[in-house]
Amino acid sequence: MKVVIGHLYPDYLNIYADRGNIAVFERRAAWRGIELEVEEVGPGDEVRPGAHDLLYIGGGQDREQALIAPDLAAKGESVKAAVETGAALLAVCGGYQLLGQFYRDRSGAELPGVGLFPLHTVAGERRMIGDVLLECELEPGAPRTLAGFENHAGRTYLDKGAEPLGRVVAGFGNDGESGFEGCRVGRAIGTYLHGPLLPRNPWLADWLLAQALAHRLGEAPGLEELSDGLEGEAHAVSSARAHERGGRF
Amino acid sequence: MRPRVPLIAGIAAARAAAGLSRLVGAGGGTTVPGKLLAMLDPSAVDRLAARLPLGSALISATNGKTTTAAMTAEILASRAHLAHNRSGANLVSGIASTLLAESGAELGLFEVDEGAFPEVAQRVQPRAVCLGNLFRDQLDRYGELELIAERWRSAVRELPESTVLLANGDDPQVGDLARERPGAVVFGLDDPRHGPSQLTHAADSKWCLVCGRPYRYAAAYVGHLGDYRCDNCGHARPHLDVAARNIELDGLDGVAFDLVTREATRSIRLRVPGLYNVYNAVAAATLSITLGATLDEVEAGLDRFSAAFGRFERIEVGDKRLLVLLVKNPAGANEAIRTLVTGGPPRLAVIALNDEIADGRDVSWIWDVDFEPLFDGLERLVATGERAAELALRAKYGGFPADAVELETDLGRALDRGLALTKPGGELVVLPTYTAMLALRKIVAERGFVRPYWERAA
Repeated sequence: MKVVIGHLYPDYLNIYADRGNIAVFERRAAWRGIELEVEEVGPGDEVRPGAHDLLYIGGGQDREQALIAPDLAAKGESVKAAVETGAALLAVCGGYQLLGQFYRDRSGAELPGVGLFPLHTVAGERRMIGDVLLECELEPGAPRTLAGFENHAGRTYLDKGAEPLGRVVAGFGNDGESGFEGCRVGRAIGTYLHGPLLPRNPWLADWLLAQALAHRLGEAPGLEELSDGLEGEAHAVSSARAHERGGRF
Repeated sequence: MRPRVPLIAGIAAARAAAGLSRLVGAGGGTTVPGKLLAMLDPSAVDRLAARLPLGSALISATNGKTTTAAMTAEILASRAHLAHNRSGANLVSGIASTLLAESGAELGLFEVDEGAFPEVAQRVQPRAVCLGNLFRDQLDRYGELELIAERWRSAVRELPESTVLLANGDDPQVGDLARERPGAVVFGLDDPRHGPSQLTHAADSKWCLVCGRPYRYAAAYVGHLGDYRCDNCGHARPHLDVAARNIELDGLDGVAFDLVTREATRSIRLRVPGLYNVYNAVAAATLSITLGATLDEVEAGLDRFSAAFGRFERIEVGDKRLLVLLVKNPAGANEAIRTLVTGGPPRLAVIALNDEIADGRDVSWIWDVDFEPLFDGLERLVATGERAAELALRAKYGGFPADAVELETDLGRALDRGLALTKPGGELVVLPTYTAMLALRKIVAERGFVRPYWERAA
């Protein structure tokens, strides 16, 4: 049994320590004896049907995002197909925006996105920067919190009926006004939270690993508990930061 | 329009504030008077700088500006009375404070924050500007690197024609500024033995500025600094006017190299280690020569130079010694660690991570640092500072054994713990972020081991 992660454009989209998220997947799988392979998927590489149990896409600077945008557009259908056939996905910051329907820049020009997430993003006047805390309920009856850091000029608007990742407890979130953050489509999660996101929110790493295993095995296995005391401490400090100094308009 | 307070009155009020700030123990008063002056009269800096008979020189870079300025000050010490912001207060207010404190100065020598560079350059109208490198750093504060590069480009275009631009040709973004500036002097490193052709994770400007294809590196010395060429369109490192060749690293003790200028070659010895200090020394030499220094003065000044504030600084603490290496962004931390490890990896280290504005409130950068070569040799890590838990997680997910990490958020207690684990006569390696470094120095000063920085600066 082997889980395969497809890491999209690691050389281009790595601005907020995305490799920390990958390290969390690798270690938490290894500690449980689960074999995990990370395949780098760069410009010109194919997302082959069924090849990846989890796709990861991070954020980049404007220049890097512009450099890979045409290539990602060409991969769009295969990324969507992967998620439709049960692969898990985590998209952070720029990657989250690029997987939406479109991004409208300051001049009003629209860059088409992949259209995996039912949302669009519009460049805003003021950057939304700061610590952020969310409440989410990916599994009904099991509310959890996510603590991270956000830094984005784009305001992301969800389509009517779209499912956000969570409710903003402190910080800006998608657009600084709606009170929602991120988006979920089946096993795919998009969010602005970095920090990186997973080390201090290991439950989400485990949820995504379980979804990836479900893609591989047909159903999600129970994952062995790990000792997450340190992760809990980091989460508590980060949550407190969001309460103290999370951004708002 | 706000009524303008006469310069003399503003200066008097600001100088009084500096004394008051020290009196109430609020710190060195290194920026308080400048802030007050900037508030009373925003254009005072312009007029104070204009009074300097030999003009001013500005140094900016993501990494190395404090050290480059300190090296330059050492070289120029016998030549001119300097107004130099040596404690690193590098915003407009810090420069105003320095100008206030050094009323008899002849030459201004200022390190300038990357973000503040355009405004400072416009106000100070420098005779020389030395630009070193741009790395990703505190994205929550500075924004994206491209944005800073764009602002630098505009600022350079607006410099007076007489201003000499000195640029590090090994950084694609910075070297490119020299292309459109007549009389610009380009410096860099030229010793491929020390530069692998593979870029590290912390390399930032790795795509061709012109066509976006990846650069090919004949040598990558520090992050993306090196000898690059785009095979697609031919964009390449500019010709170096001043270069460091035949570099010989001597562990933690120093480094020697040949400084090759258009006119001559001179052997240089540095008492600070690492390739990044060769960059700082070449920048300082190029700037000093532009300001009139002789090669003899360059050689002697660099030989005298020991360490800038908190950068590979050794502090005696009783019968033990601290080796303090400031870490603040991935590229800088990687070089500090690489240099530290080449001197024989330490078995114990204290790493202090704070998340105040001056440190960057976003701590994600620690995941981009290649700590692994350090972790590989450590038997024990004391994680401290406001975000100690985050640092401990970085170690845990980097494969460092969890039971070898001690978590102690209080800096004073962490320092005590580190010293207790250090043998008499031994050296304790401490890697703090900026505000943690200031706090640690204060703790050590309170114990009577080091003078407060404002006294050193005086």
